[in-house]
Amino acid sequence: MKMKRMRRRDIELVQKIVTHFFIITIGMGMLYPVAWLISASFKETSIIFTDPSLLPKTITFQNYIEGWKGIGIVNFGTFFKNSFLISFLCVAANLVFCSLTAYAFGRLKFPGRDFWFALMMLTLMLPSHVTTIPRYVIFRTLGWVDTILPLVVPRLFATDAFFIFLLVQFVRTIPKDLDESAVIDGCGKFSIYLRIIMPLMVPALITTMLFTFLWTWDDFFNHLLYLNSPQKYTVPMGLRLFLDASGISSWGPMFAMSVLSLVPCFVLFFSLQKYFIQGITTTGLKG
Amino acid sequence: MKHRSIHFFKDVFSSYAFLLPWLAGFFFLTLYPMGYSLYLSFTNFNVLQSPRWVGLRNYLIMFTGNAQFPRDERFLNSLGVTFRYVFLSVPLKLLFALAVAMLMNQKLRFIPFYRTLYYIPTLLGGSVAIAVLWRRIFSADGLVNLLLRTFFGVPNPPSWISDPRYALYTLVALAVWQFGSPMIIFLAGLKQIPQEYYEASSVDGAGKIRQFFAITLPGLSPIIFFNFVMQMISAFQVFTQAFIISGGSGGPLDSTMFYSLYLYLKGFAFAEMGYASAMAWFLLVIIAALTALAFKISGSLVTYGSGE
Repeated sequence: MKMKRMRRRDIELVQKIVTHFFIITIGMGMLYPVAWLISASFKETSIIFTDPSLLPKTITFQNYIEGWKGIGIVNFGTFFKNSFLISFLCVAANLVFCSLTAYAFGRLKFPGRDFWFALMMLTLMLPSHVTTIPRYVIFRTLGWVDTILPLVVPRLFATDAFFIFLLVQFVRTIPKDLDESAVIDGCGKFSIYLRIIMPLMVPALITTMLFTFLWTWDDFFNHLLYLNSPQKYTVPMGLRLFLDASGISSWGPMFAMSVLSLVPCFVLFFSLQKYFIQGITTTGLKG
Repeated sequence: MKHRSIHFFKDVFSSYAFLLPWLAGFFFLTLYPMGYSLYLSFTNFNVLQSPRWVGLRNYLIMFTGNAQFPRDERFLNSLGVTFRYVFLSVPLKLLFALAVAMLMNQKLRFIPFYRTLYYIPTLLGGSVAIAVLWRRIFSADGLVNLLLRTFFGVPNPPSWISDPRYALYTLVALAVWQFGSPMIIFLAGLKQIPQEYYEASSVDGAGKIRQFFAITLPGLSPIIFFNFVMQMISAFQVFTQAFIISGGSGGPLDSTMFYSLYLYLKGFAFAEMGYASAMAWFLLVIIAALTALAFKISGSLVTYGSGE
């Protein structure tokens, strides 16, 4: 009996070790390209493509210095500044307007609510292409092309249905008694939103902030449509310009700037990963 | 008739005040543009001059052509490329996601850490930086071929991204690589399946494989379905990676000319916005039809637990 139990524990231990081994091996395979990119950005350009190793023999920062200069008059400082500005404005707008909308859908009772909510959910599945061209025409008529307005202003109208959905899910879990006692204390709808719902919604708001930042930071299509002059380019556009303008010789600087462009995403993810996981599991956010 | 007090109307009014930004956005940035692009799809429009009505011509050019204009073979090709991409990458991605999620769904240490690591490709994958990296590692003298030559002794590996036979598959690989989101969702779903089911069935003598088909798969079916629909919708719209990897050309030989890339080129490079609008509406129809089809099929395949 004792023998048998021992053996079973041994088998379980071996099984565990094998599983760990598999998970780590597959994981390393998956992360190898990213690790290689980071390592290559510190290697001398001449050896980048003959060296598959992850540890550079000599570390050089030359690629970063070269890359930061960008092309001609515009350096990567400008691209980063533009990207941060747009991302910051979009995050702020989404936090305010998606939460207002979510409060209305998740908490208030009014005729037509379920109808509008169903329509909002439908827009989740709508391919953005059917609105791309008319929006371009509208923004062009307004003289907004080559400004950041077409990228930011739509956010003032809670156009990111994903976050409304995420926040509605969250609002519904907040106990109703809190509102009711606030009503007795004489609070109106807006002060309930501001004083009760918003503070309790913080975890979902952080998720909203993270994904809004990430998607705005990585957005390429809209930047390609609306930003024309290099002074207004964001980081993705800057990378693309760099890719087109520079020949085979500058893969080192190219990689260095690519790594830099990923740093904000890394920092946010590792400092707030709990909220990422929550956001993905509660709504099944796309990746 | 029930008397509705002033208080009621005030209440409705103030509720709608909260919805106002979204409502305005819905009408002016979604509904009106949709109607407008539907109208544009029946016109010839180059932004500079006002749209000129051409009836069904744009749609005819897409599929059959007419006496004046030949059929747009590039359009049909882009449709084929996109379908191949979607129906290769999405099932493969979900398969990987499910396999890894099951591997992780055990009482092991470091699982949260592993989960984080596996999410990194998804976190970064949509960026231009990773597309640039992909373009470089799959080029003729890139990292993949370096590894193939030095470690696997392949003398003449293909030049992946510049070979029309393989270019699309490098993009499929890039999509499958980012299986982090469905994996996390599967992992959460697996935890919802009651452990007693497995215990009871192993008492009855069911093996691991049988348990997978009898318990795990039916238990996860709503989540698999959900993941499939969401991934499919976003895969149809893939743009950034195709644009960067092919340098905006959809090449070589249009082998990575995705639907949205072609739509972009038509609308913004060739200024055929009427035609691009027709393409956008056709994409909407495809996605709606496939989603409806998925829902219909799921009626017989997806098991919803009583707890839902």
